[in-house]
Amino acid sequence: MSAKHRVIGRSVPRLDGREKVTGAAKYTGDLKFPNLLHGKILTSPHPHARIRAIDTSAAERLPGVKAVITHRDVPDLKYGISPARWDENIFCIDKVRFVGDKVAAVACLDEETCYRALSLIRVEYEPLPAALDFLRAMDDGAPQVHEEYPRNVNTEIHQNFGDVDQALAAADHLRTDAFLGNRTYQAPIEPHSAISVWEGGKLTVYSSTQSPHYFQYYIARQFGLPLGSVRVIKPYLGGGFGGKLEPTGLEFAGAELARRTGRPVRMFYDRAEMFAHNRGRHAQYMEITTGVTREGKLLGARANFIMDGGAYTSLGIATAYYAGALLPLTYEFDHYRFDLYRVYTNLPACGAQRGHGAPQPKYAFESHLDNVAADLGLDPLELRLRNARRPNTVTPNDFRVNSCELRQCLERARELSGWDRKKGRLPRGRGIGVATGSFVSGAGYPIYRTDLPHSAVVLKVNEDGTSATLYTGAPDIGQGSDTALCQMAAEAMGYRYEQMKIVAADTETCPLDLGAYASRLTLMTGTAVMRAGEEVKRQLLDLASTLLHLPADDLDCQEGVIFSRSREGKALTFEEVARTHFVLKGPLVGKGAYTPPKLGGSFKGAPVGTSPAYSFGVQVSEVAIDEETGEVRVVDVWDVHDCGTVINPRLLHGQVHGALAMGMGESIWEQVVFDEHGKIRNPDLANYRIPTALDMPRITSEVVESHEPAGPWGAKEVGEGSTNPTMGCFSNAIFDAMGVRVNSLPLSYEKVWRALKEKREGGG
Amino acid sequence: METLTDPQGVKRYLVTVTVNGDRHTAVVKANLTLTNLLRDHLDLTGTKKGCELGDCGSCTVLLDGKPVDSCLVLAVEADGREVTTIEGVAQGGRLDALQESFVNHAAVQCGYCTPGMILSAKALLTRNPHPTEAEIRGAIGGNLCRCTGYVHIVEAVRAVAEGRVAPEDEGPGPWIRR
Repeated sequence: MSAKHRVIGRSVPRLDGREKVTGAAKYTGDLKFPNLLHGKILTSPHPHARIRAIDTSAAERLPGVKAVITHRDVPDLKYGISPARWDENIFCIDKVRFVGDKVAAVACLDEETCYRALSLIRVEYEPLPAALDFLRAMDDGAPQVHEEYPRNVNTEIHQNFGDVDQALAAADHLRTDAFLGNRTYQAPIEPHSAISVWEGGKLTVYSSTQSPHYFQYYIARQFGLPLGSVRVIKPYLGGGFGGKLEPTGLEFAGAELARRTGRPVRMFYDRAEMFAHNRGRHAQYMEITTGVTREGKLLGARANFIMDGGAYTSLGIATAYYAGALLPLTYEFDHYRFDLYRVYTNLPACGAQRGHGAPQPKYAFESHLDNVAADLGLDPLELRLRNARRPNTVTPNDFRVNSCELRQCLERARELSGWDRKKGRLPRGRGIGVATGSFVSGAGYPIYRTDLPHSAVVLKVNEDGTSATLYTGAPDIGQGSDTALCQMAAEAMGYRYEQMKIVAADTETCPLDLGAYASRLTLMTGTAVMRAGEEVKRQLLDLASTLLHLPADDLDCQEGVIFSRSREGKALTFEEVARTHFVLKGPLVGKGAYTPPKLGGSFKGAPVGTSPAYSFGVQVSEVAIDEETGEVRVVDVWDVHDCGTVINPRLLHGQVHGALAMGMGESIWEQVVFDEHGKIRNPDLANYRIPTALDMPRITSEVVESHEPAGPWGAKEVGEGSTNPTMGCFSNAIFDAMGVRVNSLPLSYEKVWRALKEKREGGG
Repeated sequence: METLTDPQGVKRYLVTVTVNGDRHTAVVKANLTLTNLLRDHLDLTGTKKGCELGDCGSCTVLLDGKPVDSCLVLAVEADGREVTTIEGVAQGGRLDALQESFVNHAAVQCGYCTPGMILSAKALLTRNPHPTEAEIRGAIGGNLCRCTGYVHIVEAVRAVAEGRVAPEDEGPGPWIRR
């Protein structure tokens, strides 16, 4: 972007590209250990049942079975990723709460024996009535998922900012709409796996995790071990999207099986088990009311949501708060009320999926706004421009927004998509829609309470100066953080990217990093990297100052060359000064840490949604609908983003493409479907339909010039925010094409067809 | 195929497969998939397992030059045949043009679908060196990717078809509005 940057702003190839295209990259499930055992977990076939008895004796007698464990063999301490509601056990004790709940585990010589052994474990169940419909789970007499949570209320939120009633009373136009979201799943292509190894009283877990630190923390807590006795290593990871952020049970079961047998144990979920373990997006019912002036200025908004939490809390408390907290980000209004119930059901637990909590409420809000625009006879894009948030503003719920180029994004999306030429002028069956989005650049507060920094790194220049290694706990889960962080390290040191190495996502060799979630790495880990790089550079320049007999502040270092700003020809290489440093002073090391400033208000739930910076984006989509079949064909999509300074343009646009693809799948095709016994009917990738190369339209992705004061070199997030406008922009494009609105996700061919049929029959 | 029967009465088959030009023999059960033969017996873990149902395409290999989901092929069916896995695409440490193009175009994110994706694309370009975009999308239509939206993947394959391995534009590129 700017000539003053040498390494960032360039589309350097990924550090791990070669390993990944040659098949050399080893993912957790690819690792081999001598004497390895295979483990599997037995899960419940019932959505809700009391466990009367478990008999493992037949399984234990099967040749090749090395250990069988149940709740009797592991600590009964409850856990969960959210300390506010620890409600899970390693194995169910008194009852099972969904089809897929964990009951027992085995370790065997091979996988085939595992399946045989599981079929020999006799569990006597007493089936109980199940709460399968989240909209009825709070009714009197509904089955209770957890006795300690009456009416199945897992989380209840009531937030009120300003005076909504008065604002709505003063409005020229009031409107309420209700929408229903869908239960979707992250569906990473790599299944979850974990390998547990005990050595000399220390447990090492290789795991496909988005947060080695949280895994380490919870495994240590569960088994009563000091943190240092648990080492978690993330090998290459095949996609997470929120689904690999919390302990899966594979680590706990594997750790105990490995301890008992004295052998390494490999555990994995197959595709159906991944769906059952879930932690995907919550389905939610969303009612939104806004009051606007005749000109379309938003005066206030009321959001009333119910979320299907599934059987456990997972990350759902944060999801629930996020659902309402992020809604006021893209438009300016002062009065806002948010009420939500997250309810327990006898279905797999929902958690954090790309865009955590925000995409469905955004879908509802953006669809609602288009209805409002239609009521007022306003162009929907114009309505958004009139309300778009401006930089250096504060939301009604106390989030401080620094950089914000939402208006520029809207204007550019309008231009790129040919909006003015198309809106209202497309042929029959074609439509165009717009929506906005915004997301945190890292969560302002950690998941469990701690005063430790959120990110810390060590940067070590190797002894001859020809390479430098970045040590960071930050996990590259495919988004390319290893690459972007190395670019930042090289930029800060005045070094070359090509000479960077990285050791990452290993709790023992790397300093703490909270993990890859909440789109936090670029800003938070990036700031720690920048600080470490600057510390290295300072030491280099100090020594070069002595060597060159020039004041340190006259020196600079760029791309491996230390030079005088004032005198031409006075220069040394980074390598020779770094080597001399090692000879004279020992290792050349820089350290950096990042702790966010105190953010947000003091009301209940105020921390969720706080962030040092927010990204903003706009998406426009154009669709064509086949009126005979209801088939929705996406013709074109445009994304224009404000994500601050761009570290690596190609990786950035790759994030936008991927987020859009996932959001598009969730908009039109994706939905986890259950039968009347709470069993998933489509736990596979043939019937849970994620987009293929044939489904994807042309995507145009652009960024606008922006600089975020709270981010390193002005950078902020992109990876999750790009999912936030997607469902809304498709909903609006389909609405534009049909003239009637389908009020639930996914906007499937069948629903579109039915809506058109009703419209025809209703004479509309 | 020669067979052996173990004391439990389970038959084992002597399978000979040429993988990436090397001949391998293994004694396998009838239910062993080609994926597991490659990964567990031959240590070729570049062939990934994503679903074991033939839905995701991450286990794609070339069987006598044709792309197949190796999880849907039994090891005994591969007897006497030639298999190319991702480990056999680079020659002597030199990347194939497709591999290079995937790296340069950032067509790789998590990388889990990449081996299968490259092999499907390779089979396409061998059969049809100058495919249209629709033909490229069709060829990789059975390889699911959850990271990229396929944009850079299609670009990377198209570049090779046009005789390039790098994006036409580089650096900040045309995406950045100045």
